[in-house]
Amino acid sequence: MSTRLANSGRLIDRSKPVEFKFNGKRFKGYEGDTLASALFANDQMMVGRSFKYHRPRGVVASGAEEPNALFNMGEGGRFEPNQRATTQELFDGLTIRSQNHWPSLEFDIGAVNQLFARWLPAGFYYKMFIHPRPFWKHVYEPFIRQSAGLGQVPQEKDADTYEHFYYFCDVLVVGGGIAGLAAALKEGQAGKKVLLLEQTADFGGRAVVDGVEIDGKSAEAWVQDTLAALNAMPNVTVRNRNMASGVYDHGYVLGYERLTDHLSDKSGPRHRLWRIRAGHIITATGAIERPLSFAGNDIPGVLLAAAVRDYVVNWGVSVGDRTVVVTNNDDAYRTAIILKNAGLAVPAIIDARASGAGPIAAEVEKLGIRVLKGKAIAKVKGKTRVTGVKVCLQAGEGSVIEEIACDCVAMSGGWSPVVHLWSHCGGKLNWDEDLAMFRPDPSRAPTGADGKAFVSTVGSASGYLSTADVLKDAGLEVTTNEVAAAPLEPVWLMPQGAGPKLRMKAWLDYQNDVKVSDVQLAAREGYESVEHTKRYTTLGMATDQGKLSNINGLAILSKSLDASIPNVGTTTFRPPYTPISMGAITGAARDELFQPIHKTPMFDWHDANGADWEPVGHWRRTYAYVRNGETVHDAVNREILNVRENVGTLDASTLGKIIVKGPDAGKFLDMLYTNMMSTLGVGKCRYGLMCNENGFLSDDGVVVRLAEDTWLCHTTTGGADRIHGWMEDWLQCEWWDWKVYTANVTEQFAQIAVAGPKARQLLEKLGGNMDLSKEGFPFMTYVEGKLGEFDARIFRISFSGELSYEVSVPASQGAALWAALQEAGKDLGVMPYGTEAMHILRAEKGFIMIGDETDGTIIPQDLNLQWAISKKKEDYLGKRAQERSFMASPDRWKLVGLETLDGSVIPDGSYVPAPGYNPNGQRNVQGRVTSTYYSPTLKRGIAMGLVKHGPDRMGEVIEFNREDGTMVKAKIVDPVFYDKDGEKQNV
Amino acid sequence: MRRYSVFAVAREGLRYHTGWERAWRSPQPKKKYDVIIVGAGGHGLATAYYLGKNYGITNVAIIEKGWLGGGNTGRNTTIIRSNYLQDPSAAIYDKALKLYENLSQDLNYNVMFSPRGLIMLAQTHHEVRGYQRTVMANQLQGVATEWVTPEQLKKLVPIINIHGPRYPVMGGLYQKRGGTARHDAVAWGYARACSDMGMDVIQQCEVKGVRTEGGKVVGVLTTKGDIDCDKLGMVVAGHTSVLAEMAGFRLPIESVALQALVSEPIKPCMDVVVMANTVHGYMSQSDKGEMVIGGGTDSFNNYTQRGSFHHIEETVRALVETFPMVSRLKMLRQWGGIVDMTGDRSPILSKTPVDGIFVNCGWGTGGFKAIPGSGWAMAELMAKGHSPLTQEFDMFRFREGKFIDESVAAGVAH
Ligand SMILES: Cc1cc2nc3c(=O)[nH]c(=O)nc-3n(C[C@H](O)[C@H](O)[C@H](O)COP(=O)(O)OP(=O)(O)OC[C@H]3O[C@@H](n4cnc5c(N)ncnc54)[C@H](O)[C@@H]3O)c2cc1C
Repeated sequence: MSTRLANSGRLIDRSKPVEFKFNGKRFKGYEGDTLASALFANDQMMVGRSFKYHRPRGVVASGAEEPNALFNMGEGGRFEPNQRATTQELFDGLTIRSQNHWPSLEFDIGAVNQLFARWLPAGFYYKMFIHPRPFWKHVYEPFIRQSAGLGQVPQEKDADTYEHFYYFCDVLVVGGGIAGLAAALKEGQAGKKVLLLEQTADFGGRAVVDGVEIDGKSAEAWVQDTLAALNAMPNVTVRNRNMASGVYDHGYVLGYERLTDHLSDKSGPRHRLWRIRAGHIITATGAIERPLSFAGNDIPGVLLAAAVRDYVVNWGVSVGDRTVVVTNNDDAYRTAIILKNAGLAVPAIIDARASGAGPIAAEVEKLGIRVLKGKAIAKVKGKTRVTGVKVCLQAGEGSVIEEIACDCVAMSGGWSPVVHLWSHCGGKLNWDEDLAMFRPDPSRAPTGADGKAFVSTVGSASGYLSTADVLKDAGLEVTTNEVAAAPLEPVWLMPQGAGPKLRMKAWLDYQNDVKVSDVQLAAREGYESVEHTKRYTTLGMATDQGKLSNINGLAILSKSLDASIPNVGTTTFRPPYTPISMGAITGAARDELFQPIHKTPMFDWHDANGADWEPVGHWRRTYAYVRNGETVHDAVNREILNVRENVGTLDASTLGKIIVKGPDAGKFLDMLYTNMMSTLGVGKCRYGLMCNENGFLSDDGVVVRLAEDTWLCHTTTGGADRIHGWMEDWLQCEWWDWKVYTANVTEQFAQIAVAGPKARQLLEKLGGNMDLSKEGFPFMTYVEGKLGEFDARIFRISFSGELSYEVSVPASQGAALWAALQEAGKDLGVMPYGTEAMHILRAEKGFIMIGDETDGTIIPQDLNLQWAISKKKEDYLGKRAQERSFMASPDRWKLVGLETLDGSVIPDGSYVPAPGYNPNGQRNVQGRVTSTYYSPTLKRGIAMGLVKHGPDRMGEVIEFNREDGTMVKAKIVDPVFYDKDGEKQNV
Repeated sequence: MRRYSVFAVAREGLRYHTGWERAWRSPQPKKKYDVIIVGAGGHGLATAYYLGKNYGITNVAIIEKGWLGGGNTGRNTTIIRSNYLQDPSAAIYDKALKLYENLSQDLNYNVMFSPRGLIMLAQTHHEVRGYQRTVMANQLQGVATEWVTPEQLKKLVPIINIHGPRYPVMGGLYQKRGGTARHDAVAWGYARACSDMGMDVIQQCEVKGVRTEGGKVVGVLTTKGDIDCDKLGMVVAGHTSVLAEMAGFRLPIESVALQALVSEPIKPCMDVVVMANTVHGYMSQSDKGEMVIGGGTDSFNNYTQRGSFHHIEETVRALVETFPMVSRLKMLRQWGGIVDMTGDRSPILSKTPVDGIFVNCGWGTGGFKAIPGSGWAMAELMAKGHSPLTQEFDMFRFREGKFIDESVAAGVAH
């Protein structure tokens, strides 16, 4: 029976009782408990069911390495599956439910899998469920999925918030055990800016549990003194509940800080992700004890030996009244001593070593504990909890010598340094035969840009196990009260000659139900690489990522292959060290803050006036201004007709605006654009095309020469950042000696297109000092001055085919100008128009749109834009590419206009089939639609498209496909549908 | 080869599974083979398999520097679909999908092909038009895809948030036949079948040089000695430019890291694969219950098989935006693979300037789904000298500018 002891428990506060709920039952614990210790205190041994066989499982460890004790925790928007009981601190009101069983933890239907266990070895599913074919999808897979999976699915939106935090330090020390504290002290004293992270709430690690004395002080006192010294140093920062989860290139580390997981009060951010850039990283991450592989080592009540004493010393709980210790090293003897001193029974220590322990053996003898040398556990008895062990010879095959009744087994197979963080960026390991462990090899450390190591290890993380050695590794010479330990003897299977029956019950990976026999099967079937074994058996792939199982599994594999352990090698260590919440990774960037919406200065006006919003790049643009009683479609048509008849205003502020300035700016733009920009007169505008190196059209826009050495380049809305980056790419990487400066001023200006026959009238009504007449302000020029009270640049350009001005004012004046235009234009019938009207207006004029007529595979020549390609220039980006044979082929599809015969609208994306099929059995095609709309001006469907030999086929009728399989007939026509001679824009 | 079946498992269960034979032999290289395939990833193994199965060429070695399936074949997120836009792509990916449909039976190895359906979300008007175009193109290519409304989509994927707030879901491109398969099993199943045909799968053997005589390949230098061959297939993904250099030609390939991650396992909650290209992330649920998540590539060239955290962050944000429940899950593991990217993001299956050498590479971020089709086509090319499926994927297309650009409709091509 597991219970709370009358005294002991260095971490709990017995004056602060706490209530929590387990599967609906009310349990009691104390502040300072972990969920795991509190469950033991309430005699809850069985905590869950395993993944595959649904075996009853109990807690085996006391920290991050725990594979079994995972729970559905919390409610509603704070529900989370797979919470680990050994690292979850208890708080008042905590609720948990056990996982992976139906209908209940005690009676789980899935447990029938155990009856078939012998037919469900590693990889059984690769060999079965092959026939009949439809059964995998419809029968087998749904069944497997339902019985697999661990926790329940969160249903509600996360009620918590998360944040990110940036940090820079000279030295990051990971781990607040004695090694980490000593290392931080040393670096702190050397004047370095130091950050120390400890994943648990508490400092001191193992030493404080084991009751070691350091220089005559208790470890506890030594830790408190060192912490006080660190806290007194202004250059040292110490944080608990903060786990370094991963080491990335260039000294980048993530710290995962849990802020409210241990509190009833959930206000404030739940997790804080520290994004740390460290000059050097010292991992003082300690070591993890290994289980021993004997039959029944997964029955609730079998724990790691060190965990058993953690529960007594830290939390004052005993796992059982009678504990059998089984070990291959001296360390586990400490568990026996601590249990005995706590008044609990230790019927025997089963030591696999024939020669037994070192001087510590005398201590246990004094306490009257029986030591069985050279012995092993043949089998643990019990189903849902341990009732006893059968003892055999370690050297034999498992014939039972005696049975010992007990309710807890404390096992130790030696220790493995925590090398995860060392390994994330390529730190290499050496196999230490004597200690049977992989240790970091300092000569093969992860290296930074300077070729020097940027990670080092200290203490048990380096493979040192005694307190004196650990501190010596951290640069401190101390004396301790520890006695010398006798060497460990590697024990990978217990007993060493265990037959198949026992091996089928000897667990390696508890959560994923991988046993010794599974690894041996993998080896037998040729899955010899450690990665193959891992994947075939799923060893180490559970939520604990094999912290307990990997080395044991590796050893079994190497034995089966007759290879040495280092030759078999480890699998790759990947971040995170333990799972971290997706919430923390996301930080504050969710909902409204997930890619913050860019708003133009006129946003609020649009919103108040019926804007139907459309996401365009990072912006929201008004698709149409919908009035009462209108559909969106009605609104679009109304807006178009109003531009054609009166005047409309379009918020064009999102158009990219990039200033290009400098002595070489003209030369630069000549390379960037297909047109000649260096010869553009000051005060003039020119429509320009940009291509990438492959010759494909990537952006377009009007370029304005503001001054002798200054150009303003307009880009598409989506193109602003991309084109600015593109310019900088060329300037920084290729033409770094050209004297050019670029600035993206997109958001510095508000821009309004004023288009329609009454556009001039409208602007003139605002007054100001600029001549807006046809003669004084010709098409494709620009003026600067006062428009009413506004400081404006006006460009005489048109994307609608109407008389049109684009007025640009400082962003701060945008909203006022917009309002002034609406006010002044009332009697002229001014209306705002949205992006859809803009698209249709331009389509009626046969103007191309980047992203519609282009898709990354279109060259200007395909769109009949040869006129925009300068013949005089020697070079521009894309020129050479456009000369390649396929680009020059007459068979390329070319832009044409399309008119449906019945006036309907061709569906978006439609293709024109051609007779016959290609060698792959696909229908031949000869064209496709690129823009297709209902034109309210022409009262019919119009479209543009790319058609093979299109311009030579004017008047021909071709057919476009529809999703329902029918076809639409359309006539090939000139793409300019409206005002072919461009008279309207030039009045 | 002893066949796998429920009966075989039942029989072996009674004798503690001691009677299973090796899935593949572990041979020493012979002096000479008719064909050597370098790279025992999915594409290399499938090429060898169809050389044997379709053309009776079985004197074949597949040479692998590490462990078979250990490259991107064993690192990907296993999305399978054939709803590509361009004709040559749709042809080879759909060939692959059709072969996947019977692969478990063909190989007598359960590759767990799961045609659970795949949806690509449209979250901007531009994307809507792009996917409608794909539907139209697919119709003429004989690939069944359909457009689904946000409401239909919500029924198929109850955990999705279709209401934004940033990018409301406007619909999706749905391919019912798409899905996933178990990546390791694909490699292992092919390896077992190749070995059974008498081919040698030689692991832990790195090709260090290519020997040619008079412009024709005669063999390779490896860490296990020289091996002669008449024909050589280079199927080494991100390392293709390294191998090409050994043979004296160059390829337009860049190698960058692509990352993925999985959550801790939970009970089934998502029965289809969803790709959200505007926000840049995609997700499916493995049979084990993990949510399998992927996103974009790093923008710098790299061979380290690990990527920057920055991309993980972007991808997870995208998924939390699309599936708010993801926020309450934990990231269990992240990893990266080096993907081989060509200028047009489409693969190269081609003859080379060296007689007898063929390359199959450039599958980049999306080649798992192509494995059977690519192997089928590459085998045809190597055996017959031409294949309609590989014709457009010739390496010389870059010289002519004859790109097969798939980034047209969707940013991500997984
Ligand atoms: C994170 C990630 C997610 C992905 N997601 C998807 C997805 O969802 N769907 C999809 O379809 N695709 C996806 N892909 C892409 C897919 O994984 C690859 O396109 C595909 O697996 C490539 O297969 P391959 O056989 O060409 O290459 P690989 O599997 O990489 O095989 C190449 C082999 O060549 C060997 N080799 C290299 N050099 C030598 C040498 N000198 N001598 C001998 N052997 C050598 C390597 O060791 C390796 O085993 C993803 C990729 C990654 C990295």
